[in-house]
Amino acid sequence: MTEPTRGWRRLLAPRLRRVDLAVAALLAVLGFAAVVQVRATQEDGPLAAARQEDLVQILDELANRNDRLRAEVSALNQARAELSTGGDRSEAALAEARRRAQLLGVLAGTVPARGPGLLLTITDPEDRIGPDVLLDALEELRAAGAEAIQLEGPVDLSVDAAQASAGDRVRVVASTALVQGDEGGIVVDGVQLYAPYRFVVVGDSDTLASAVGIPGGVVDNVEQRNGSALVEQRDEVTVDALRVLKEPRYARPAPEDGD
Amino acid sequence: MIPALALVVGVVLGLVLEPTVPGALQPYLPIAVVAALDAVFGAIRAQLEGIFDDRVFVVSFVSNVLVAGLVVFLGDQLGVGGQLSTGVVVVLGIRIFSNAAAIRRRVFHA
Repeated sequence: MTEPTRGWRRLLAPRLRRVDLAVAALLAVLGFAAVVQVRATQEDGPLAAARQEDLVQILDELANRNDRLRAEVSALNQARAELSTGGDRSEAALAEARRRAQLLGVLAGTVPARGPGLLLTITDPEDRIGPDVLLDALEELRAAGAEAIQLEGPVDLSVDAAQASAGDRVRVVASTALVQGDEGGIVVDGVQLYAPYRFVVVGDSDTLASAVGIPGGVVDNVEQRNGSALVEQRDEVTVDALRVLKEPRYARPAPEDGD
Repeated sequence: MIPALALVVGVVLGLVLEPTVPGALQPYLPIAVVAALDAVFGAIRAQLEGIFDDRVFVVSFVSNVLVAGLVVFLGDQLGVGGQLSTGVVVVLGIRIFSNAAAIRRRVFHA
């Protein structure tokens, strides 16, 4: 029991000798060094206290990560470039598709058409012009490169042809059928038309006019039946009769070879 | 009493002067501090057991610090400085713990 008490007393009782000074100096150095080390660790962060090899390793890791990130950046850049050019391409494809849809719409009669062409007005005072004559005229016009055709009737001949309000109008397309009407006139795709008829045709007007006017052609044919065929060439005619496209019930697009 | 005061003085000096650790000393200072702490705990234990000797303390303190530094230096030269300094810290930590346990037994009789 006495020993620890004496120990404490010796620890607390000051006795100045040289070796005591040495002890004191060492402890002062210890406190100093400890504080310095603590401060250095706190101030400089973990890197300052790290050893050289650790630093090298950290540097390596950073370089590796840098490389990886660089690779990622270039890959992403490439992807972005691909996407942007892909966007351009698909935009161009879309524009092309729209253009083709318009062209096909002209053919199918789902969009109005406008351009140079002619008006072919056929009168039939004796009711002797049937669908066969009109079909001949139509074939003649098609052969001459007519691109859009509509058939009107009856045409009011008392006013100027350009403003003449037609009775009914039918867009003539590939599937158009001309049938003799029950009460005279003709039925075009289910629409009853009466004379006088008029073809509004978009195409090369000179070619069309000469095709219609050849001997034994449409004009002769009509005049043989005591009708009259009037051909007017125009810089611009408008084919504005439209038809609704029917979804084909059976036909499906077949894959094209090499596409 | 005087050693405790000296420790306080050292701490205050460190706080006031705010020195930076020289680069060459940077790997050794923490090890040296731990080694010195080991010597100090050993000294307190010896004091409590009544076998404290000033000279022994001074020699053990200095030699502890020097040996710890030398071991770390050798480890650095051999390329295992990091592991070896960890080992030194572990060994010194164990010694500090056992000394602290002895002190605790002396002081609290438990």
